[in-house]
Amino acid sequence: MIPEAAGAGPALVSFAPAPGAAPLSRMIAAQTAAETRNLLRNGEQLLLTLIIPLLLLSMLSLEPIVNFGGGISRIDFMVPGVMALAVMSTAFTSQAIATGFERRYGVLKRLGATPLSRGGLITAKTVTVITVELLQAVLILAVGLIIGWRPDASVAAVITVPLLILLGTAAFSGLALAMAGSIRAEATLAAANLVWFVLLGTGGVVFPLTKFPSGARHFFELLPTGALSTGLRSVLAHGVAFPVGNTVTLLVWAVAAIAVAARVFRWE
Amino acid sequence: MSSAPAVEISGLVKRYGPATAVDGLTLSAARGAVTAILGPNGAGKTTTIEICEGYRHPDQGTVRVLGMRPGTSELRPRVGVMLQSGGIPPSVPAADFLTLLSRFHAHPVDPAALLELVGLSGSARTPYKRLSGGQQQRLSLAAAVIGRPELVFLDEPTAGMDPQARHATWELITGLRGAGVSVILTTHFMDEAERLADHVAIIDNGRMVAEGTPAELTGSAGQLRFRAEPGLDIEGLLAALPPGSMAKESPAGHYVIEVVGGVVDPTLLATVTAWCAERGVLANSLRIESRTLEDVFLELTGRELRG
Repeated sequence: MIPEAAGAGPALVSFAPAPGAAPLSRMIAAQTAAETRNLLRNGEQLLLTLIIPLLLLSMLSLEPIVNFGGGISRIDFMVPGVMALAVMSTAFTSQAIATGFERRYGVLKRLGATPLSRGGLITAKTVTVITVELLQAVLILAVGLIIGWRPDASVAAVITVPLLILLGTAAFSGLALAMAGSIRAEATLAAANLVWFVLLGTGGVVFPLTKFPSGARHFFELLPTGALSTGLRSVLAHGVAFPVGNTVTLLVWAVAAIAVAARVFRWE
Repeated sequence: MSSAPAVEISGLVKRYGPATAVDGLTLSAARGAVTAILGPNGAGKTTTIEICEGYRHPDQGTVRVLGMRPGTSELRPRVGVMLQSGGIPPSVPAADFLTLLSRFHAHPVDPAALLELVGLSGSARTPYKRLSGGQQQRLSLAAAVIGRPELVFLDEPTAGMDPQARHATWELITGLRGAGVSVILTTHFMDEAERLADHVAIIDNGRMVAEGTPAELTGSAGQLRFRAEPGLDIEGLLAALPPGSMAKESPAGHYVIEVVGGVVDPTLLATVTAWCAERGVLANSLRIESRTLEDVFLELTGRELRG
């Protein structure tokens, strides 16, 4: 029989060896809950993943700061763009910064000595990102609907929107881990914020790519943010069933970024 | 349960570029015992322990932990680890981190009871970065034992602790041993090794320089020490002592006498005091004592400062 630890007082704590790993699903659930709580407790992360996207959505949809053209309404333009921004914020910038500092503080090293495997840890990080994205999606859709968004999409959108977001998440996560796992935490912090800012401007998020010269436009559409925002906009605003080009672009990014991350990631 | 030693290291070599951190180390740590790895800074203690934990790989030699290759998924639940520093997210409260780790194990110690045992119940909601250095060490120690492991690696467990926390930590380590847990710890505190360890391995420059029980290492080598005016005639004193005795003045006015066989007997004491009396010398603070582990350590590893 395994002697159980008593909770009544310190004198009754038993250290009699009774080693054993918890079931993998329980470990992943515990790690996911811890990571999600850490993200939602962190002010800067909340600013990045929730507050800025929602502010951009509500302000730019209501105020004629940018002239979009292209025959769709301001809100039709903004909702898909902000969705792409939200995915980039969570899967790329937020994850890169959090993971970079976990590596720097030796947290990844310490977790490596626990029964939670590296695969289990990566799974927990992925589930955490998807959990935060679901929260973002609910809030973006709610705010969008409140301020008058009426999507014009085919029924295929229930498949293609999640597919595009999933591929975008995989691509951004691969890039985030490649960066966080190979360079210093401070450099990751700076670079992840800079990339976020540049792609906010050139990713078709709040500023239409159609306003750029055609060469630049095609280049920006080949970047993950441009591919995701353009793809989402085709589906949600233009009624396209399946934006093949953007999907393939994101798929290539996802495969390449994850391959690079697997190669360059250092746990300590 | 197999009867393999807790840790078996044989011919271990680890290099970092041109520097050799561990240079042919062979060491066996028994099950259920406390083994202390003692050495100056840069001796290779942390490298050795991190190879046992599976963080680094040997360049040469073999390491077996509970009879298995280090760091495997089969081994990890059976082994508790306390890193020398860090490993805990700065903004996470103490209780949350311990609870998280407890969920990775099948039969963990109750996190709240363990926090109380290490004296952190009052800081359960305090983020790691706001704990004092000693409190951080205690949380890290608690994390190493929460999964009820068979073996724990503690890398300088009492560094940065105040005397109360050190004693509480020693008590916990003694408790682990009493429960049958094998403990491997590194330290450069002599009193810690002397008090806790069943077996002490002194390493320097990546090599074993001595090992044994604390009693074996300090030997029965009795010493007679006294203080008197500086510049006594050491040669004359030696002539009065049994052949092979050793006498020295270090520092000035402090005299140490050691005899072959290491037993200071009443005759030796009488000889020394008589010799002093004939010269009108009053031997102050006269005492008979065994060598300390510190004496052995400094003798073996030298007195120069290490980086």
